[in-house]
Amino acid sequence: MSHDTYGGGVRSWMTTVDHKRIGIMYFVSAIVFFFVGGLEALLIRLQLGSPENTLISADLYNQLFTMHGTTMVFLAVMPLSSAFFNFLIPLQIGARDVAFPRLNAFSFWIFLFGGLFLNSSFLFGGAPDAGWFGYANLTSTQYSPGIRVDYWVLGLQLLGISSIASALNFIVTIINLRAPGMRFMRMPPFTWMTLLTSFLLILAFPAITVGLVMLMFDRTFGTNFFNPAAGGDVLLWQHLFWIFGHPEVYILILPAFGVISEVIPTFSRKTLFGYPFIIYSGVLIAFLGFGVWAHHMFAVGLGPIANSVFSAGTMLIAIPTGVKIFNWIATMWGGRLRMDTPLYFAIGFIAMFIIGGLSGIMHASPPTDLQQTDTYFIVAHFHYVLFGGTVFALFAGMYYWIPKVTGRLLHEGLGKLHFWLMFVSFNLTFFPMHFLGMNGMPRRTFTYLPGLGFDLMNLVSTAGSLLLGASMLVFVWNLVRSFRRGSPAGRNPWNAATLEWSLPSPPPHYNFRTIPEVGGRDPLWRPGGAEVDPEDPTAPEPVMPSPSGWPMLLALGPVIAATGALLSSLLVVFVGVAVVVVSVYGWAFQPLER
Amino acid sequence: MEHEAVMEMHHTTTGIPHRKVLIWTFIGSECMLFGSLIAGYLAYRGRSVVGPYPEDLLNIPFITVTTFVLLMSSLAMVLALSAVQRGNRRGSIIWLAATAVLGMIFLGGQYIEFSHFVHEGLGLSRNLFSATFFLLTGTHGAHVTVGVIWLLSLLGMELKGNLGPGKAEIVEVAGLYWHFVDVVWIVLFTVIYLLV
Amino acid sequence: MSQTQSHGHSEPHTSNKTYVLVAAVLAMVTAVEVMVFYLEALRPVIVPILVVLSAAKFSLVAAFFMHLKYDGRLLRSLFAGPLFVAIAIILAMMALYGAFAVGAA
Repeated sequence: MSHDTYGGGVRSWMTTVDHKRIGIMYFVSAIVFFFVGGLEALLIRLQLGSPENTLISADLYNQLFTMHGTTMVFLAVMPLSSAFFNFLIPLQIGARDVAFPRLNAFSFWIFLFGGLFLNSSFLFGGAPDAGWFGYANLTSTQYSPGIRVDYWVLGLQLLGISSIASALNFIVTIINLRAPGMRFMRMPPFTWMTLLTSFLLILAFPAITVGLVMLMFDRTFGTNFFNPAAGGDVLLWQHLFWIFGHPEVYILILPAFGVISEVIPTFSRKTLFGYPFIIYSGVLIAFLGFGVWAHHMFAVGLGPIANSVFSAGTMLIAIPTGVKIFNWIATMWGGRLRMDTPLYFAIGFIAMFIIGGLSGIMHASPPTDLQQTDTYFIVAHFHYVLFGGTVFALFAGMYYWIPKVTGRLLHEGLGKLHFWLMFVSFNLTFFPMHFLGMNGMPRRTFTYLPGLGFDLMNLVSTAGSLLLGASMLVFVWNLVRSFRRGSPAGRNPWNAATLEWSLPSPPPHYNFRTIPEVGGRDPLWRPGGAEVDPEDPTAPEPVMPSPSGWPMLLALGPVIAATGALLSSLLVVFVGVAVVVVSVYGWAFQPLER
Repeated sequence: MEHEAVMEMHHTTTGIPHRKVLIWTFIGSECMLFGSLIAGYLAYRGRSVVGPYPEDLLNIPFITVTTFVLLMSSLAMVLALSAVQRGNRRGSIIWLAATAVLGMIFLGGQYIEFSHFVHEGLGLSRNLFSATFFLLTGTHGAHVTVGVIWLLSLLGMELKGNLGPGKAEIVEVAGLYWHFVDVVWIVLFTVIYLLV
Repeated sequence: MSQTQSHGHSEPHTSNKTYVLVAAVLAMVTAVEVMVFYLEALRPVIVPILVVLSAAKFSLVAAFFMHLKYDGRLLRSLFAGPLFVAIAIILAMMALYGAFAVGAA
């Protein structure tokens, strides 16, 4: 069949510009990093399983919680969302690839190299240990000598390049490569949330880029951006970090909202209830996300006016979020529910996300927040929204779309076992943290004394985390099993409504032989929608962009330069810059199709 | 939109070329980059604990001249684009070169200004003014540098005869970037120099 | 959405005369800005005057040199949206750092 026209071998993956293959590479890398971050979490939990435990040192503990946060945010969840964007967006909008296929490959490679760069710190003198938020002046050369924080600064800059490049690409793709008839208000909700996430990425990352450059200047050139002795303000870092960091939270959750808005209608056999409300709530969440950053800083003393304004803004966000939740429930209401694994995870998502959302509203109020800040209550809150929310939703998406990627179904029984194990152990791990936080257990501390009332809850949490780890193995087993002997998925195993399900699984490398015409939302559920037949054999096979080695080489340049900065070797930095210059020209003068 | 080219990649939903949507989206991102830098500059205004202070050093007449040069480079840029679009090779060579040269004069002015500041004791790490000033104007200067290299590459293509009305789009994209860098300077000129 | 532009082709948006005129206005406004800077009498209102003048220059370049006056709504919003967010954040940061506090310079 025409499915296998890529050619094989490692080289074909290294030079591929095909969005589906890039999506698969994002997926595999993100899952590996997810396990690395998970392992770090397990070590943290083992250490906290009993009071005054000496399993790991305070120093290693600091590295572990810093790298756990950094890895999960930048190397696991964001790239996992990216895997979905890459694989699905062109399929959902009826396009043959993204607008800039080579830029897409570049985004992947610099993400992978950046992730490896960051993690290589474990081998060379220790990983970053100043928290994923890197608060000044903990990151100053005075309190963080050595190169650990430099690893973090440079690694995050590399990952920022990847995110911005990829977001620019998806904005252009969604604006410019929609099939005829696919107006903005006919786009699948996942495409919409991808568009919004991409805008958040291009607008949020510059703030942290600036903060990181300032930090680098402080550490390398002796400037005083964050040095109070010279008039600098450590809070400027917090502002810049959270101007990025809060939209980042929505960067993590909006793709999940998109996945849920696809899964729930499909498995309810009902079109999405209140589509425009879902979309406009997403727009509003994205927009308001830029006006609430200081709610991460209530405890620093910005004053009553600032605190009130940011508190009100934060509470406002509960409205569009609530609108979405009601719409999802209303979609299921009266639907013919098909209780397959994706719907289990989607319902799990709604329940867990509501819990996380409610505790979020609690610390939207500054007086309450002052009691909760820097305690395990906050840890419980954001794991309920990021794990209970995003990760549950991403698993719903995986069970839903992996059959499209591999052509084989996952095992339903194993899927449900995975769900129940994960659901129970997740709550076992994180629910006790609410109580721990209320009782005053501080975050980011490597141990605690016995007799403070923390012992039992910590033990329960640690036991839960081990079970949570085991539930992930069920998923991996399901994945491997499906590759080997999963039953064939066919084009549309779930009778879903969006364009990707009109294609064979896996789709041919050019996706659509003839570009479909879209007559409305849910194209495959419309009268005659099932007749969308992109495999019209009389149509000529489309010419696709040729493979190129330049994107990978270009991605190598900044990594070499970052290594040079780490080693304080100007020569290595220049080599990196030279690689960039050569690759840019090589790329620019290499035609897209040869 | 009825007829479909074989290669849909070159056909766009909005009728606007991909690269043009890309550069505008990128400019949006750059707004936040310079926005964050300006926010940092303003947050630290008047907070330096040692001199020299901005009012001691900023040379308004000098910077007015380089500002004028950068404004005129934008004029040269639109004239270059217009010449390329009309297939006027001589015009496009002259105006592309003029834009790049004016950009280089601006950079030269920045070099003179920076060395003067350093000479007067305002090294990068001297105080908060030096740090925020050099970071903000330096980032802008880096953008001008990239723009000059971009323009010279286009000039090279034109000299080899590889640039014509069919490729005007890539000149237009470079031009949008160039004008944006100019627009940023319009803001910086006011924020840093005139509202000192 | 703009359909005025034909596929992949970039065509002149307006005449060179307009461009030269715009550049002349830009140069003149810059001269006025510097004059305002040196006029002691205008010191109390220098901030609003200069903000308005530089915003005018900004808009002229965006509208004519960057062709936003002629291009479609889509490109205008791609620029205006982020610009709005950036300005809002600058103003919020200025407020947080006391730039608008009573008695601030």
